[in-house]
Amino acid sequence: MKTFAKGIHPSYCKNETKGLRIVEAIAPLKVIILLHQNLGASCEPLVKVGDDVALGQKIGETSKFVSAPVHASIAGKVTKIEKLPHPCGTNVLSIVIEGSGDDSRKLENSIFESRGIENISHLEIRAAVKEAGIVGLGGAVFPAYVKLSPPKDKKIDTILVNGCECEPYITADHRIMLERAEDVVKGAKLVAKACNAGRIIFGVEANKKDAIKVLREVVRHKPEEGIYDGLEVVELATKYPQGGEKMLIKAVLDRAVPSGGLPLDVGVVVANVGSCVAIAEAVFMGLPLIKRVVTVTGSGICEPKNLLVRIGTTFKDIIEQCGGLTADAYKVIMGGPMMGVAQYTLDVPVVKATSCILVLAKKDVEEEKIYPCIKCGRCVRNCPMNLVPTRLAAYANSGKFSDFDEWGGQDCMECGCCVYVCPAKIPIVQLVKLGKLKLRQMK
Amino acid sequence: MNFLLSPAPHIRDNKSVTIIMCVVMLALLPATLGGVYFFGWSAAILVLLSVISAVATELVMNKMMKREVSIMDGSAALTGLLLALCVSPSLPYYQVVFGAIFAIIIGKQLFGGLGFNVFNPALVGRAFLAAAFPVHMTTWANAFAYRGLDAVTQATPLAAMKFSGQGTSYLALFYGNVGGCIGETSVLLLLLGGLYLLYKGIIDWRIPISYLGTVAVLSFVFKADPIFHLLAGGLLLGAFFMATDYVTSPITAKGMWIFGIGAGILVVIIRLFSGLPEGVMYSILFMNAFVPLINRYTRPRILGRKK
Repeated sequence: MKTFAKGIHPSYCKNETKGLRIVEAIAPLKVIILLHQNLGASCEPLVKVGDDVALGQKIGETSKFVSAPVHASIAGKVTKIEKLPHPCGTNVLSIVIEGSGDDSRKLENSIFESRGIENISHLEIRAAVKEAGIVGLGGAVFPAYVKLSPPKDKKIDTILVNGCECEPYITADHRIMLERAEDVVKGAKLVAKACNAGRIIFGVEANKKDAIKVLREVVRHKPEEGIYDGLEVVELATKYPQGGEKMLIKAVLDRAVPSGGLPLDVGVVVANVGSCVAIAEAVFMGLPLIKRVVTVTGSGICEPKNLLVRIGTTFKDIIEQCGGLTADAYKVIMGGPMMGVAQYTLDVPVVKATSCILVLAKKDVEEEKIYPCIKCGRCVRNCPMNLVPTRLAAYANSGKFSDFDEWGGQDCMECGCCVYVCPAKIPIVQLVKLGKLKLRQMK
Repeated sequence: MNFLLSPAPHIRDNKSVTIIMCVVMLALLPATLGGVYFFGWSAAILVLLSVISAVATELVMNKMMKREVSIMDGSAALTGLLLALCVSPSLPYYQVVFGAIFAIIIGKQLFGGLGFNVFNPALVGRAFLAAAFPVHMTTWANAFAYRGLDAVTQATPLAAMKFSGQGTSYLALFYGNVGGCIGETSVLLLLLGGLYLLYKGIIDWRIPISYLGTVAVLSFVFKADPIFHLLAGGLLLGAFFMATDYVTSPITAKGMWIFGIGAGILVVIIRLFSGLPEGVMYSILFMNAFVPLINRYTRPRILGRKK
């Protein structure tokens, strides 16, 4: 079975939610739309306090290239525009909309609705994706429009659709593949068309056999739509971080993305399955990205669920719909347990990057004593990027940032394998982040 | 409601420094009990004294250096145990106490404590004993001598081979009823512990395999008996429990090969061409000195970078 070198095998903890259908969450009466939800530039607000906004109306945008607009996820009145906490840790300018729960206004239908993929130009696809504010929904939140606009000198030959979902606990992508397989494939075809790529490969981890089966059926049973040759579903070993872009490319195509480069440097565009669905909805239905699937799970949640949630809904509103927190809930994480961010408040909203709200009870939270590094080399043996994490941590910790850079600190993707296996429990990733930050500040 | 904030990842595997030290000690248990079986209660007393002295020294050093007390991590106890297993079972008790104190102070604490020492502390202690008390360190009680069944002292198999050309049966070496250090004589019990450590993923296979493999190949090349050289002396104890010491061995895969092969070459050179019958201790200490250099020059190639 295909995979990459090194990596780890944490316990996956997906059984709680992998059999639960995606349920549409109750529309909230208030949403907080953060103006910075993508990698790259922040948006400027397009509305003022007191304005009435419609469902799906664009309320934030910027002219910078690497950016994605944001949209109102409920109809209502803008009540505040101020800095509010972002689940990734900083305070960012946000638009608060309070609605009446009336969602009757229909979105305008897409002009492409009745047209097949063959009749839509790559420029039209890019324009629709840009307008819809789609970003990479696997968690990296790289604006999809940028991905679909590769520079002229970069020939894209393969679209990799990322259905690995290697983070423990999360089942959102798994459910999307099971329930929206047709849209996943349609979206992937649109991506291929926009990038002028001839081949589409779906990469799915072996612990989602049912999703592999469903995808294979969709791909094989629709030959009349198969305008691209070589639609393929590849089963990958269940191993973290299989869903990392560079790991996926290495596993499926045996190509290594150059240091500091992007997948397009090796002729590949990677798109998450959720992003593919969003792209299909944007192009064929004219829907902006105002909802996403969020897995709400963990030992601190009473009724774990896979919810289709409006972006901007607060964690508190969502957790209430999942039976609330258990009495011993101790840690709230946005994202998975390997790369997710711990939260201090439930008043933060769901953003485009929120694939999971994970709440752990006290018994599952490890607060461990940190020892000095005993040079066991476990981090070296498990680093999928072939770095020497213990060295990077030591250099960052002692302020030797040029050594940190020389030993490849900037190549770290912060997957956390090193910390997971570290017997001394050294916060290596945190130190690497510090090193990267200092290097950016020094430039 | 207050939630815990801490950086990702939020889950960890179940190995900690303390657990690893305890598992290694557990893996040494068969060889330790074997030592007591072969050499009597004096071996048990030496082991206990060595462990207690090492832990007590660590505690005193922690207090004197105003550092956090580190005896609970298990590393000092392990050093004491390893030291006792590589001394003669007839060593006077006060000498092993000196050895343990030296191992912890000079071998470990003066470098900065756990994780910072360059040389394997137990072997530093043993080297000190070999230099300070050479006669006692090379007087070997015969196995079962304490039962009055046999001659009281006897040469180790390696010394017998070297100085009088006298061989020892493979079977005796395998079971361990031969002269030697407390924990080094029984190949069977050491293999049991070593394989357990490999199975639990505590040690990497590269160092023992390259170390043992080099010794076998080189002794064959120099027309010595490779099987005898694998089974005799402290090679297995060294290969599974001393050369694999995390702190003093390389962290890269390639580095582990270099370390094991280098130590193997040294063992064969010392055993066959020097005045000493045994070379495991010096081979490992010598290679320990190269570990920082080996780590520096065996960096793995970062994914997506050219050489």
